Amino acid sequence: MPDQVNIKVCMGTGGIAAGGTEVMDMFRTELDKTGIKAEVKERSNVDKVGCRGFCAKDVLVDVEVDGEVTTYECLNADMVPRIIEEHIIGGEPVTDWVTGEDYRKFNEKQIKVVLSDCGRIDPEEIDAYLDHEGYVAVKKVLTSMTPEETIESVKKSGLRGRGGGGFPTGLKWEFARKANSKQKYIICNADEGDPGAFMDRSIIEGNPHAMIEGMIIGAYGIGATKGYVYIRAEYPLAVERLRRALEHARERGFLGEKIFGTEISFDIKIKLGAGAFVCGEETALIASIEGERGLPRNKPPFPAQSGLHGKPTIINNVETLANLPYIFKNGPEWFASLGTEKSKGTKVFALTGKVNNTGLIEVPMGITLKEIIYDVGGGMEGGKEYKAVQTGGPSGGCITKDYMDLKVDYESLADIGSIMGSGGMVVLNEEDCMVNIAKFFLEFTQDESCGKCTPCRIGTKRLLEIINRITEGRGRKGDIELLLDLSEDIKDSSICGLGQTAPNPVLSTIKYFRDEYEAHINEKRCPAGVCANLLTFSVIEDNCKGCTLCVKVCPVSAITGEKKKPHLIDDELCIKCGACFDVCKFNAILKG
Amino acid sequence: MVLNLTIDNKEISASKDATVLEAARENGIYIPTLCDNPKLKPYGGCRLCLVEIKGLPRPVGACTTPIQEGMVVQTSTERIHKLRRTVVELLLSDHPNDCMVCVKAGDCLLQELAYLYDLQNNRFYGEKRQYTQKDGNPFLERDMEKCILCRQCVRVCEEIAGVSAIEIAYRGFKAKVCPSFEDDLNCEFCGQCVSVCPTGALSGKAWSRKGRTAKTNEVTTTCPFCGCGCSLKLRVSENEVVRVSSDPDTINEGWLCVKGRFAYEFINSPDRLDAPLIRKNGKLEKASWDETLDYIYDKMDSIKQEHGPDAIGGLLSARCTNEENYLFQKFMRAVVGTNNVDHCARL
Repeated sequence: MPDQVNIKVCMGTGGIAAGGTEVMDMFRTELDKTGIKAEVKERSNVDKVGCRGFCAKDVLVDVEVDGEVTTYECLNADMVPRIIEEHIIGGEPVTDWVTGEDYRKFNEKQIKVVLSDCGRIDPEEIDAYLDHEGYVAVKKVLTSMTPEETIESVKKSGLRGRGGGGFPTGLKWEFARKANSKQKYIICNADEGDPGAFMDRSIIEGNPHAMIEGMIIGAYGIGATKGYVYIRAEYPLAVERLRRALEHARERGFLGEKIFGTEISFDIKIKLGAGAFVCGEETALIASIEGERGLPRNKPPFPAQSGLHGKPTIINNVETLANLPYIFKNGPEWFASLGTEKSKGTKVFALTGKVNNTGLIEVPMGITLKEIIYDVGGGMEGGKEYKAVQTGGPSGGCITKDYMDLKVDYESLADIGSIMGSGGMVVLNEEDCMVNIAKFFLEFTQDESCGKCTPCRIGTKRLLEIINRITEGRGRKGDIELLLDLSEDIKDSSICGLGQTAPNPVLSTIKYFRDEYEAHINEKRCPAGVCANLLTFSVIEDNCKGCTLCVKVCPVSAITGEKKKPHLIDDELCIKCGACFDVCKFNAILKG
Repeated sequence: MVLNLTIDNKEISASKDATVLEAARENGIYIPTLCDNPKLKPYGGCRLCLVEIKGLPRPVGACTTPIQEGMVVQTSTERIHKLRRTVVELLLSDHPNDCMVCVKAGDCLLQELAYLYDLQNNRFYGEKRQYTQKDGNPFLERDMEKCILCRQCVRVCEEIAGVSAIEIAYRGFKAKVCPSFEDDLNCEFCGQCVSVCPTGALSGKAWSRKGRTAKTNEVTTTCPFCGCGCSLKLRVSENEVVRVSSDPDTINEGWLCVKGRFAYEFINSPDRLDAPLIRKNGKLEKASWDETLDYIYDKMDSIKQEHGPDAIGGLLSARCTNEENYLFQKFMRAVVGTNNVDHCARL
């Protein structure tokens, strides 16, 4: 009979989507049902914890029996009774379901700072954070350091903005500190909008207090008494956990008047974003908080001089702020010892696409792309060939296999035409058409352009139209040059970061995959076999066994033929859906 | 305080609150703009006023950038010229380009820039905005396909009129200036928005086919509608007023109300009185001014003799000037001898 049982169920958005709630309920009810329930129940905790990172293998559950932790992967509710019976009561872990090599490799090269408490503590209980030295750093800062010393420490740590720009955080704070104003603001930018990015979301869902603590430190540093967290309304779980965390922090006196008995007052309000990508841009975000339409404003003046309501304002990203408690707990030197010369610490990435281990990862700056994809990511899915990785989402660019040994930091990525970005990392393989990838991101930015400035409003639209015609086989000679020319003009003349970076996916794919563009335009051919208008499907007569499987799946009845005789695809009727290609067991369908 | 800076290799000085655009203008350096209006807050949307500033990585809008001591600005480099040209080219790629029949032709900033940048052939083509719905309001013609989203109309409505009747709805390429819920415009119809529109997107409904700017003569006068005395600039074609505007450097700073701007059709109305009328045998008949004034004098004199001065009352009009109103009350009190004098504004 176990003395102590702790069960931690991953309840980030990924965990919940995979059935975390059901797994947790099942543990509770099944533990109740067991004959030993009275003893076990008293001593067992079924906790919800934030994101564990390894979303590909959700629901992940830690089962701790008498101090020994076993991690299970891909659990569903039906699997819970067996774990209780064999492992918790019987003392023998269910080895079939225990995490294996993948999980070890996924975690091996990661260094967790920001995410160190995510997945370990209950994000809805402030005591869980306090048990892990929560609010120790901010107490130290407020009671024993001057604002100048605080800023100096941040500068010494080398922390740079994690939202994408990479501006040195300490330096930014110093501008605001020196700005002469009675009222200053600090804003946490949690308007994470890149497609496929979920770093900030996971941090707030997994450990909201770290970010709050970081904000209080920042407020003290620059001299702000009011703070805002600008967070997307599309993150209901994060909003809920943040709201609860703010209430708890207020109850314990970490927010409000006279924090830690000092003369410092600071409080934080939540402002929900209404779903515009551009509001992640700092000046548009400020306009949105002021109740205006979310349009960017021209810089200079910069927000550190004149921001919210015309007052000096610092806007930091969630990850940047969540780093701060750890920097002050372990010292700036410790933080500066991680990473490369100019990029310190770690970076959280949302690793997605065609790799085996997709999920949320935190790696030291300077790790190579190869290590991220083949070690942490567990290699390419299905053993397919690596083609590129897209970093920085719609503002970034792609990195080809020639740069597999590239050290991932701000400068190296910028050097090759990509950006660190906020942390999106989409892995692409041989089956991805790079023109189509550029189109995908451009569709996004074009749709999200606010419309304030001409180059972004009409320019991205025209870019997309040119790319569309290329992928549809209507590309013309000179289109590549036109794309390049217009892209450069949009970058140079747009007001904000959205327009200034929107052409990056186009420029980057042309730079590294110009041959694919040329194939589309000159030969009317999509080398990766993705662009539907350029595809033809035909039957390889020698391979076709006349099994009629393709006839059955074809949604438009474009395939005809007698049983056991080679079939025929009518190109006029074919809608290039590829269903026949996928279903054929004899490789008898030619896609090209 | 005055700051010193260099624009296009010319050393100049300007007030510390000036923007680069203002400093350039004060010193006779031309920078093209579409969304700028000196009476409104800087917006920085059109991107025509881009300039290069030494030390900044990319061009910035001259209209929004405050000057700094020692700043070095270039306003017309090859790069800047190319960016501006692309901006106009993009605008034209989403514009009806129907200058031949447009009410604004000859007076249109976009047309002028297209000419300036010699945009014969546009490299860009594609979807254009198409709006079939017509605004049913009685005064303003709103042709949003011609709108270049400079937002001057929205800003003037908010900053000057204080009405905020319009805003931009949607975003990106679909962005569109409209009243709430895309209803018909239902505001004060002061037409300030029309007066600032640089293209043919906003005009007066009554302007249609009455003569474009080049064909009209300009007559400066004072608005007859009230005592404010706003300065008007009438556009006259073949002895008919076809449109009213006002210059920005007038006493009313170019702003007018609905009456001043749109209620000019009475001038040529057949119903308009062009001579005094005297009721004779129960019928109103035209009379000369001499006859009329004699008639008034006789009547007032006899009433005063018979019933005393308080039997007479005078009613003034807001359409008269302050001076006229003052004189009239003086006349009633000092000449007629009564305090029975009132004004339509009290009614």
